[in-house]
Amino acid sequence: MQLDSKIPDGPLTEKWDRHRFELKLVNPANKRKFKIIVVGTGLAGGSASASLAELGYNVKTFCIQDSPRRAHSIAAQGGINAAKNYQNDGDSIWRLFYDTVKGGDFRSREANVYRLAQVSNNIIDQCVAQGVPFAREYGGQLANRSFGGAQVSRTFYARGQTGQQLLLGAYGSLSRQIAAGNVRLFTRREMLDLVVIDGKARGIIVRNLVSGELEKYAADAVVLASGGYGNAFYLSTMAMGSNVSAAFASYKKGAFFANPCFTQIHPTCIPVHSTYQSKLTLMSESLRNDGRVWVPKNPGDKRPPNQIPEAERDYYLEEKYPGFGNLVPRDVASRSAKVQCDMGKWVGDTKLAVYLDFKDAIKRDGRDVIAMKYGNLFQMYEKITAENPYETPMMIYPAVHYTMGGLWVDYNLMSTIPGLFVLGEANFSDHGANRLGASALMQGLADGYFITPYTIGGYLAQASLEKIDENHKEFDASFLKVEARIKKLLSIEGKRTADDFHRELGHILWEYCGMERKDEGLLKAKELIADLREKFWENVLVGGSGQEFNQSLERAGRVADFLDIGELMVIDALARKESCGCHFNEAFQTEENEALRDDENFCHVSAWEYKGESCDPAFHKEPLEFENVKLTQRSYK
Amino acid sequence: MTKAGDKSCINLKLKVWRQKGSDVKGRFETYEARNVSTDMSFLEMLDVVNEEMILSGKDPIAFDHDCREGICGTCGAMVNGRAHGPEKGTTLCQLHMRHFSNGDTVVIEPWRSRAFKVVKDLVVVRSAFDKIIQAGGYISVNVGGAPDGNAIPVPQEVAEKAMDAAACIGCGACVAACPNASAMLFTGAKISQFALLPQGLPEAKKRALAMVGKMDELGFGNCANETECEKECPKEISIENIARMNREFLKAGFL
Repeated sequence: MQLDSKIPDGPLTEKWDRHRFELKLVNPANKRKFKIIVVGTGLAGGSASASLAELGYNVKTFCIQDSPRRAHSIAAQGGINAAKNYQNDGDSIWRLFYDTVKGGDFRSREANVYRLAQVSNNIIDQCVAQGVPFAREYGGQLANRSFGGAQVSRTFYARGQTGQQLLLGAYGSLSRQIAAGNVRLFTRREMLDLVVIDGKARGIIVRNLVSGELEKYAADAVVLASGGYGNAFYLSTMAMGSNVSAAFASYKKGAFFANPCFTQIHPTCIPVHSTYQSKLTLMSESLRNDGRVWVPKNPGDKRPPNQIPEAERDYYLEEKYPGFGNLVPRDVASRSAKVQCDMGKWVGDTKLAVYLDFKDAIKRDGRDVIAMKYGNLFQMYEKITAENPYETPMMIYPAVHYTMGGLWVDYNLMSTIPGLFVLGEANFSDHGANRLGASALMQGLADGYFITPYTIGGYLAQASLEKIDENHKEFDASFLKVEARIKKLLSIEGKRTADDFHRELGHILWEYCGMERKDEGLLKAKELIADLREKFWENVLVGGSGQEFNQSLERAGRVADFLDIGELMVIDALARKESCGCHFNEAFQTEENEALRDDENFCHVSAWEYKGESCDPAFHKEPLEFENVKLTQRSYK
Repeated sequence: MTKAGDKSCINLKLKVWRQKGSDVKGRFETYEARNVSTDMSFLEMLDVVNEEMILSGKDPIAFDHDCREGICGTCGAMVNGRAHGPEKGTTLCQLHMRHFSNGDTVVIEPWRSRAFKVVKDLVVVRSAFDKIIQAGGYISVNVGGAPDGNAIPVPQEVAEKAMDAAACIGCGACVAACPNASAMLFTGAKISQFALLPQGLPEAKKRALAMVGKMDELGFGNCANETECEKECPKEISIENIARMNREFLKAGFL
């Protein structure tokens, strides 16, 4: 199958305008006749639901949480980028576009990223109008701070709770549409299958998590905004409920999965401390504005940090990357931390940590200024570690944080299944091989507020859709399939819990498909995962029944899908015989230990097609063409 | 990893509210939690207890949780009679076992309120909060016509005050802690955020009347100045927001 990205013709700067003009429109009076299902209520799903309803579409919105306000976008701390150039420091749409393409190590689509930079400014305007309490300067103007991979200050923020405030803005707009009767909301529902009729996405099967009943919903288009798959690693900064099941069910129904091996490992997280640990906590990248990263110069130096004199400290990021210093992109900062620890220059009991030190910033700006910027983060750190970062440096280590990979979508954000649109972290579209900080919020809201509302209209206006409802035989087929899988999970009655399998999968992925990859390790991981999956389906213990509120059953279903996506990640990593961004294969590196791309052979998106349970997926390639940006070795020196 | 006998490892007796469903009677059951590392979070301690229960064929304790970093507002339970447990300004997921001592008995119950029905064990329905927001907890602005973000200057101290109110995570601890099961801190925080910001002014009156009306209709009680809500709020939202809500409500009466 030929992948058609449907990128419009014309100069980069005019593509989106031209495309918006060329998209067919749905007459306002006809919009209410179209039913749209939105799965997920994070920044992408919440904003899409609200915007589509404002336009007059008939929207049904689903989330797994008890309230749409709890989607994991809420946990984003640091900020959201926009090319406003309010600081007069030389920012522009073009610079945000360029930084994002370069930050992604030249593995994203030019046209998508340019559009993202274009609408970034509208997002800030929209959110301000909604009453999002962004940080302000004394004159009342919007404040900015800096994030990794950029030399301008373009990140808008609301203390360390930017994701929360943006999400509550979208949730407010969504609530308004619910009150107006334009959106019907279904909480505590988990999408377990996509219903495809005549090749088009026409509905979903969900499990009501309270009653356990399976429910069918038909529509004219389905919008998937179900987030990323980082929890495949077991330990990550994702919420405990974040999962890949809705996306993976769509993959099994024919939606291609793109670049699954591109997983972001965030450099500043609180280190792992024990085996019972259930999740990792991020310390916002914004801390790298003022915090300095260092390790002892001498391997094995076990003195407490305040007893190590300046001369015996290695500020390795400032040393190696003077141009960007502590603000290098995430993939570079993460790998550098690993390199230092591998050299024995670790700190802390687990030997897997580096320092993030605010001593100099506190000396320069005073404790109050630092507290105003990062107070809630320092407090969070202290709660978890019982150490006070005002007095002793934070200990940090990289952790799984975001997945750049996701379901393949074209310029319209439509997957390879017509009528299935995929938004936010669930798609693969804008970040290439590494996402820059403060760009996820931007992308989620761009997709939901400013892109899908147009492109979905374009689809509905020209698709000739047959009238169908939930009585269609495809709904029954999907229903029975989902039901059979639940019964199977419950019937195994083995000896190991789903969490236990999940932890083992996490170890395999972290060890062999994490910050550094080797072909032999990946081959081993593929075998280990296949073996683990077999054991899972023979020996998992769920308990309870399907007809009740059963969190253990929910988890088992999700772990089953994590095993499958884990394997796909490994297959994808093996196929990409180069290093780029987060995908660092030891065999491909520059003399200075940086990722070495192979633009001749791997300047493409890898898209995988499901071929059945016992078969490897089929590989498809979408070549990436760069007409406006010159491919270079990324340098942050 | 810590071992039994370490001072960083404790044994606890848990008295947990167990209730099969919303229409069934519940009761307390007692469980032993052994070798609990004091570095564990409260929810990680429950994870370990649950894992053992699943393996021995028992029904694990149902509890709501998601982000486990104190921001999503999903988790919450009464621990020894305190919403989210004994630590100030802390959600249950951020409460660590170092705040308990070896041999302690820990009583764990769901939020109790007429407006929050129990789903199972510690899980409750909080959709009443969503309904209060749906009544007017937003600014009516469609996507499209927003002016430039800097077109309306907002004084820094106003933006900070609005942010203090907006920090609410909607967990329900205020209702659970209040002897009257009042939702005034939750509602007041949202009304305050928009009453403070210039963007919220056009709808201020309508919003105050609609949200307060909905709150009453849903069966939440009234404020009697007990201030328990402020004490137990994991985000330390000030009751000053209740005062502001009352002013807004009163003002709205004089149209």
